[in-house]
Amino acid sequence: MKDIFTFTLLLSTIHLATPLVLAALGGLYSERSGVINIALEGLMLAGAFTAAAVTHYVGSPWVGLLAAIVAGILLAGIHAVACIRFKADQVVTGTAINILMIGVPAVLSGALFLSSGSTPQIPKANLIPWTPVVLAVLVVVVTYYILYYTPFGLRLRAVGENPEAADAAGINVRRIRYTAVLISGALAAIGGAYLSIGQSSLFTRNMTAGRGFIALAALIFGKWRPIQTMLACLLFGFADAIATQMQGVIDIPVQFIQMIPYVLTIVVLAGFIGLSRAPRALGIPYQKER
Amino acid sequence: MRLLRELLFPLIAVLAAFLVGAIFVLLIGDSPIETYRQLLGNAFSWPDGIGYTLFNATPLIFTGLAVAVAFRCGLLNIGAEGQLYVASFATAWVCILFGGVVVDVFGQPVNYSVASLPSIILIPLACLTAILVGALWGAIPGFLKARFGSHEVINTIMMNFIAVALVSYFTQYHYKIPGDPILESAPIGEAAHIPRLGRFIPGLPERIPLNLAFVLALLACALVYIFLWRTKWGYEIRATGANPSAAEYGGISVRKQIVLAMAVSGGLAGMVGINEVMGYHHRYYDGFSDNYGFTGIAVALLGRNHPVGVVLAAILFAILSRGGIFVDAFTAHVSKDLVQVLQGTIILFVACEAFFRGPFGRFGLLKRSKV
Repeated sequence: MKDIFTFTLLLSTIHLATPLVLAALGGLYSERSGVINIALEGLMLAGAFTAAAVTHYVGSPWVGLLAAIVAGILLAGIHAVACIRFKADQVVTGTAINILMIGVPAVLSGALFLSSGSTPQIPKANLIPWTPVVLAVLVVVVTYYILYYTPFGLRLRAVGENPEAADAAGINVRRIRYTAVLISGALAAIGGAYLSIGQSSLFTRNMTAGRGFIALAALIFGKWRPIQTMLACLLFGFADAIATQMQGVIDIPVQFIQMIPYVLTIVVLAGFIGLSRAPRALGIPYQKER
Repeated sequence: MRLLRELLFPLIAVLAAFLVGAIFVLLIGDSPIETYRQLLGNAFSWPDGIGYTLFNATPLIFTGLAVAVAFRCGLLNIGAEGQLYVASFATAWVCILFGGVVVDVFGQPVNYSVASLPSIILIPLACLTAILVGALWGAIPGFLKARFGSHEVINTIMMNFIAVALVSYFTQYHYKIPGDPILESAPIGEAAHIPRLGRFIPGLPERIPLNLAFVLALLACALVYIFLWRTKWGYEIRATGANPSAAEYGGISVRKQIVLAMAVSGGLAGMVGINEVMGYHHRYYDGFSDNYGFTGIAVALLGRNHPVGVVLAAILFAILSRGGIFVDAFTAHVSKDLVQVLQGTIILFVACEAFFRGPFGRFGLLKRSKV
């Protein structure tokens, strides 16, 4: 029992939590502005694939990371235009993007690399195993500062809570929401890129395996606040790490450990562990009064 | 005329998605015409094309109906995937428990059952299990929403993952035949097999897995129509979906309707188990669902949350999923994953109805209709 709780466990917790932190903080921007983002999974996949493919061609993970960010922003742009401009149902649009991103990387890798959904191996020298971890920590700190100590943060929160009042106060609701959704795309894509060019060395089909949804769960578990969300990600990362380490050591089925984040989210959402209240205008398209 | 108008918009959305898909195919370097010929052209041959298409459409009709019923109550059930998994497992469990002696993967007779029921009792019992377990799994997020106000979208997503983990645990630890390399349950009793339609329809060979569950799916469509538009419960569900506060004011218990709608929705999703377990695999097969629950969202949206629309949309997506196999085999670069791209694009376009009402609306193509 004792040798399970080691330095390795701490390391793997950090590594497993990193993509979650990045995606969840991305989701935080979008959702605090009032736009539901269940597309995190798809955005992560876009980032993971783009990073691996571009790094393979160019040979530089930095260009790969940058390309991933661009891909994330473009894809989030579709979500933003659909939700904000055309007032589409935000959950439906998010689902569409998730389905789209199962298909697009698979078709592209089939055409580019003649494989059924994965990119070629990237040499070890071209991986960035630590940069995204540092970025994740930075993002939490910066987000905390932005959200509570800058005019943009105040506007973001206002737009998510009461867009009518924000509009009346002269805030451009649409612009804030567009910005927020695009930021979420960039951050989720970095989280995805970390999976393909940080943790492993290639993109494989559906490699996020639900991490976008766990990030969403962490966001809710963290009550849409940056520090709490990060702690939730660490908790879920820890559960994941311990599940891996305990395989074959203790006779608890892995499946039960895998369930922990999901069960916790349901429990928290039901209000059993303190109230978790969503931004008031979450999911409601803003219609300017004429 | 009204029907025509209802059909027009989904049709435009599909065509627009196909256009996007064509550009995508062109960029990859294949011929869009050849790709679409492979994708759509093989669906209409008799008996293989039509037989397999209707077989593939069966689970999508169930999940499409499931999502549609919840939609009518103003709820988005993203949990059909979890509901169908739990229900399918429970169905297999009942069919094993009361199925008598079976032959396992190694050709040995084994007996995991406590009793051997005749088909006439076992089949209805197993169908009922599928419906009830699906309904229960669906009712939980409904209850959580009604009682605590927690969002059904998040809860159904979470319950999908819980469902997958749960059934995979049961399959792996309790219901797998020792030594079987595949994660699947023991086979179900032969009394629980439901007949393939080939037995009744001349010219349809029995090797095509289209089975009685398809007839059941059409029956479910009729029942959902009657339920939603001809019963008090259905009326109350639709009233809740149209305007919850008005419904509450009119004396309808919105909370009850939410639980009811989610239970009916889950029950419909659970019926996928009848097709998959009793009609096709004849065992619980871990991870069998080809995203049926999520495709159900596309089916319901495209089908305008109406049973007739659901059948048409389910057939379209069934054509695509089978056509993908031909695309894989007969085009140079494009793979069957193009289907996912088309599906995502179709949902996106249907969701962005305002997009079409904007530029095209001016030409009178689509008048703003109340849907």
